[in-house]
Parts: sequence; C-alpha cells; structure tokens
Amino acid sequence: MSNRFDRLLRESNVIVCAGSGGVGKTTTSAALSVRAANIGLRVALVTIDPAKRLADALGMADGLTNEPTRIALDTAGNGELWAMMLDTRTTFDQLISRYSPNNEQAERIKSNLFYRNISGALSGTQEYMAAEKLYELHKDGRFDLVVVDTPPTRQALDFLSAPARLNRFIDHPLYRIVIAPTNVGLKAVNAMTQPVLKTIARVVGAQALEDALAFFRAFQGLDVGFHERAKEVDVVLHARTTRYIVITSAQPEPVNEATFFVDELTKQGVSAACLVVNRLQPHFPVPADTNNVPADDVPAGLAANLRALNDEADHEEIQIRVLSDRHRFVPIVRLAALPELVDPHHDTLTALGRLGSMLELPD
Amino acid sequence: MDPKQFLSASRVIIVAGKGGVGKSTVAAALVLAARRLGMTAMLVETDGKPLLIDADTASGITARTITPADALSEYLDGRGMRRISRRLLSAGIVDVVAQASPGIDNLLVLGKIKQLERSGAADLIVVDGPAAGHAVTMLRTPRAMLDSVKVGPILEQAKDVLEMLNDETRCQVMLVTLPEPTPVNECIETAFSLEDEVGVRLTPVVVNQFDSAPTLDVPPTLDPDSPFVRAAAYRNMRTATHRRSCDDLAKRLPLPQLTLPRTVPPDVEHLTEALIESVRRLPETRSAT
Repeated sequence: MSNRFDRLLRESNVIVCAGSGGVGKTTTSAALSVRAANIGLRVALVTIDPAKRLADALGMADGLTNEPTRIALDTAGNGELWAMMLDTRTTFDQLISRYSPNNEQAERIKSNLFYRNISGALSGTQEYMAAEKLYELHKDGRFDLVVVDTPPTRQALDFLSAPARLNRFIDHPLYRIVIAPTNVGLKAVNAMTQPVLKTIARVVGAQALEDALAFFRAFQGLDVGFHERAKEVDVVLHARTTRYIVITSAQPEPVNEATFFVDELTKQGVSAACLVVNRLQPHFPVPADTNNVPADDVPAGLAANLRALNDEADHEEIQIRVLSDRHRFVPIVRLAALPELVDPHHDTLTALGRLGSMLELPD
Repeated sequence: MDPKQFLSASRVIIVAGKGGVGKSTVAAALVLAARRLGMTAMLVETDGKPLLIDADTASGITARTITPADALSEYLDGRGMRRISRRLLSAGIVDVVAQASPGIDNLLVLGKIKQLERSGAADLIVVDGPAAGHAVTMLRTPRAMLDSVKVGPILEQAKDVLEMLNDETRCQVMLVTLPEPTPVNECIETAFSLEDEVGVRLTPVVVNQFDSAPTLDVPPTLDPDSPFVRAAAYRNMRTATHRRSCDDLAKRLPLPQLTLPRTVPPDVEHLTEALIESVRRLPETRSAT
C-alpha cells in the first residue's frame, strides 16, 4: 500500500476542503482528519458549515463549541483528534478584545448595534473569521495539522482574499473619511462625505448608518492591529504547507462546480493538492472467462441489473475523465460510497476511520 | 391534475433543496415543462452557477442570473444614484455598510424577483434558489426587516416582497429532496420552517432520482459471491432505502409527492416529461397543507 496520502497529510500544516453541497465534503474532511490522527498527528478539525452536520458526523450533535474538543479515538499511536464548529461572533469578539487598548473600548465596540449585526451575519465576516480561527489553531502548539471544512457555496473561497479585502477597506480613503471625527472641522472632507453618507443612508436607513459610523469610530486604533494580523493570516493561507483539496461526486453538476473551485484556487494564487471524487458507485466485474455471458442459471433480470449498475459506474468514469482532462496536474483520489456511513446501526467514527483509510493518491 | 393549471397556479415558483439533490435540474425541467404547455417561462439563478438551459426567446424561454451585487447596483441605479453607486461598490463601502441591516442583499434579490413578477416578465418565473438552509434565511428576511427597519425604501421593499411571499396566487416554494434519510430529514425541517416562519405556500414536494425498480429475486442456488448476486443485493438495498424514505416523508410531511425517476446521467428532457406525467397523476384538488 502506497503512503502518498499519508505523506500529503504529514507535509501539511493546514488542509482546506472545498466543494459544492451534497457531495460529502464534511464527511470527507472528518475522514481525512481521523486518518491523520491514526498516523500519529495531532489534528484540529474546523467546520464553518452552519448546518451542524460535522457534529452529527462525529456523533456529538450539540457538543461542539468555538474551542476544539478532544474526540476519543481508538488509535494506537500518539495521534489526537480535536473538532470544533466555528462561532463567527465569538471569534470576532476575541479578536476585538485582543486588539483593544482597554476593556472599555472593547465593550463599546461589542455593544454597538452595527457590530452585533455584522459579527454574526455578515457573509464576508464568516469567511474572515474562518481564516482567523485557522491561523489561531495553526499557531497553537497543540496541533500538527488544522483541517478546515468550508460552506457549500461558491463564495466559500472568499476567505482566501478576506484578509486582503479587510486591509484594502481599512486603507481606503473613504474609510478614513467615515471614521474622521466630525468635530475636527475639515470642511472639504465633510463636504465630500455628505453625498456618500446620504446615499448609504438612503439604502440602509439613517439609524443603521449612525450605528455603523459609531462602530467605525470606536474601531479606531484597533485597525493597526487588525492590519498586521490580516497580513500574517494571508501569509499562512498562501504558505506551501497549506494545502487545498476539492471534493466532488462524479455527477455532471458537482463536477462543474469542482472545476470552478480548482480554477478559483488558481486565481487566488494557490493550487489544489488533489481532487477527491466521492461516493463512487460500485462496479461489478464479470470474470473474463465467461465472456460477459451470464451462466444459464442467472435470471435475465439479474443480468440486466448488473449491466444497468455497471452503466451507472461507467457514466461516473466519464465524469472523472472530464476532471482529469480539464485539470491534468491535479491528482484524483477515488472514494467509493460507503453504505455504513448512512446506516444508523454503524458507529460513525469507525465508518469515518474506514473511509479515511480508503484515501489514496494515484502513483 | 391538469399540468397547465398546476404551472399557472402562481407566477413565481422558488425551487429549494439541500445541495446535491438536483435543484437546478428540477428548476430547468419546470421551465421546459411550461414551454411544452405553451407558456412563456423565465429561469432565474441566484448563486452565480452556470444556467442549465439556454435562453431561447423564439420559444418563449428566458434565463438570467440575479446576484445580490447586481440587485444592489440596479436598485441604486433605479434611484438616480448610478455614478455614486459605482464608486461606493468599488470601494467596498456598500458591502460593509449595507450589512448594518443584515439580509439587505437577500431582500434586494427577492425585490428584483418581485419586480419581474409584477411586470409579467413571463407566464412562469422559476427561481433556482439557494441551498435549503440559506433558502429559509433568505425567505425569512422580509419579515425580519419589517421589525428592524422603520422607514424608507427598504421598508417598502420588505412589505412588497412579504406580500408576494404570502400570496399563494403569486408565489410558491417547491422543495426538492432525494429518497434518502438525511435529505428527507432536512427537507421536512425546511418545509416546517418555511410554513411557520415565512408563511409561504408549498407545492407538492419533488422526490428526485427515485429508483423504482422492483425487488430482485435471487435464486438460492446461485453463488453468493457471484457479481450478479452482489449487484442484485446492492440494487435491492437501494430500492428499499428509496421506498422507505418516501414512506417516511409521506408520514411526516402532509404534502403530495411528485416522483421523478433516477436518470444517469441527469437528462433534463426526460425529467420534463416525467414531471408533467407526475403532475397529471396528482389528485384534482390539492389537499390543504
């Protein structure tokens, strides 16, 4: 048995799993985390998927918090598996506290209505906090490898550019104008500010704008810390030991999406370490000596069924070929559908371990 | 039930379902079914994914993508703020500040759909909505906005959209699921959330990729390791799961089911046919939900 996948796991500090919904992305990230723990790595698994599916996959429906929790694994080595669900707001709160010069300012920000709205709900915030958490765990000496599951949307990879976007925002002259105290008396600035603010107010309402302005003013002074931090996060996201894995099933639509994700990674200046084609249907090979003619005692219905199922498997092969033609330099990992993963009578962690052991890179 | 009557019950049908259940394929089949019945139809995509069908104006089909960014810039343009909106958008200021009222992006997309509905852009407007969890969030937005925004155009927008969502002659939601335990559970959860928290009318639920093959008999004389026997066991397990999941769905969710066959690879034309047939088999008057 080749150990190329083990090598990938050992050589990575961070693994980010991306892909469209319904392809078993969360399950696959959990499976590869179990595999990594089984070869002796101390692994932290982070999901930012709000559907709490990872929790279900790991059999702990309401036990996941914003801090990693150790999961008991039946492994001989020194490996450890920790898992957590990203809580965007708590992560943001911690970040605010870290960079506030004093408690008072931290509290002023945290109680601001605009802040409370964005820290929980803003789509970009979620991606940025995922990057932040990933960075924090990466720097945490307790873990050798951080595995991150991403939400099943096309925007999932936005977090790669989130730190840069935040910095662009903080650097932008308009932001400077917005946070400028109104009593400084810079008439030229104020004159320019008015139409801008009026426009925004017309869209979001005057009260919401007032809250936002109060937030940005309270945010003053923290932005330097945020700025530095965002740069460091950006370095980790683009480091060579940070690997990206795109997960898909062998159906046309998810394959299309996988192609989108691989291209998107390239655009963001990183590359996909491999493509995992998940949930492959079984193929039932007929011994060559029968020349594909079933023996006389095989009923016609069973022979037709075997052909139908093999046809389905063949169609999946076509989709895999679409992927390999399109992305010649991205190795493809094949993963068969594992019925025991959806069977309530089987232990999920054991099934995840089995799925993890099936991960293998082609030679 | 008469398929044309079914497709004319409301001008807008929002198709929703967990990722991977074939939501986009079903949305495309609805549009093609409408065309086949002589109606004009528009497919609206909200996630920026490529459209599964080509616009074909000659036969009355149009297709378009509505993203929050488009909807926002159109909203600003429509209020004489074209020049300034470009500058705000490129600076990322609107992105951040618009979040002062979370959900404004969802509301703008729904607002655009409402505008298409009001202007009679097509006999049937099919919206390929976001994945299930996000669909609930999106459809819940207008009501949440009514609570948090007191005045202004956004409030008007929220009122108008909610009015559309709550009027079953204007808008309905079609849930799509696979006949497997996890998608069925999620579908039931979504159905109740939508009815309770949004008050939107649900069409019959679509069970996609249903394997209707009969149970295969395996003669005990056959070698259990033979590929034919293993293939039969595999198929029987699948069909049993599908039947059990449909029964479970029927028991827990009082909505009629529209069953679509498993096609490998997915075949929109074939599904269109099957969808029309499946609607024909529905009882004449739909049971109250």
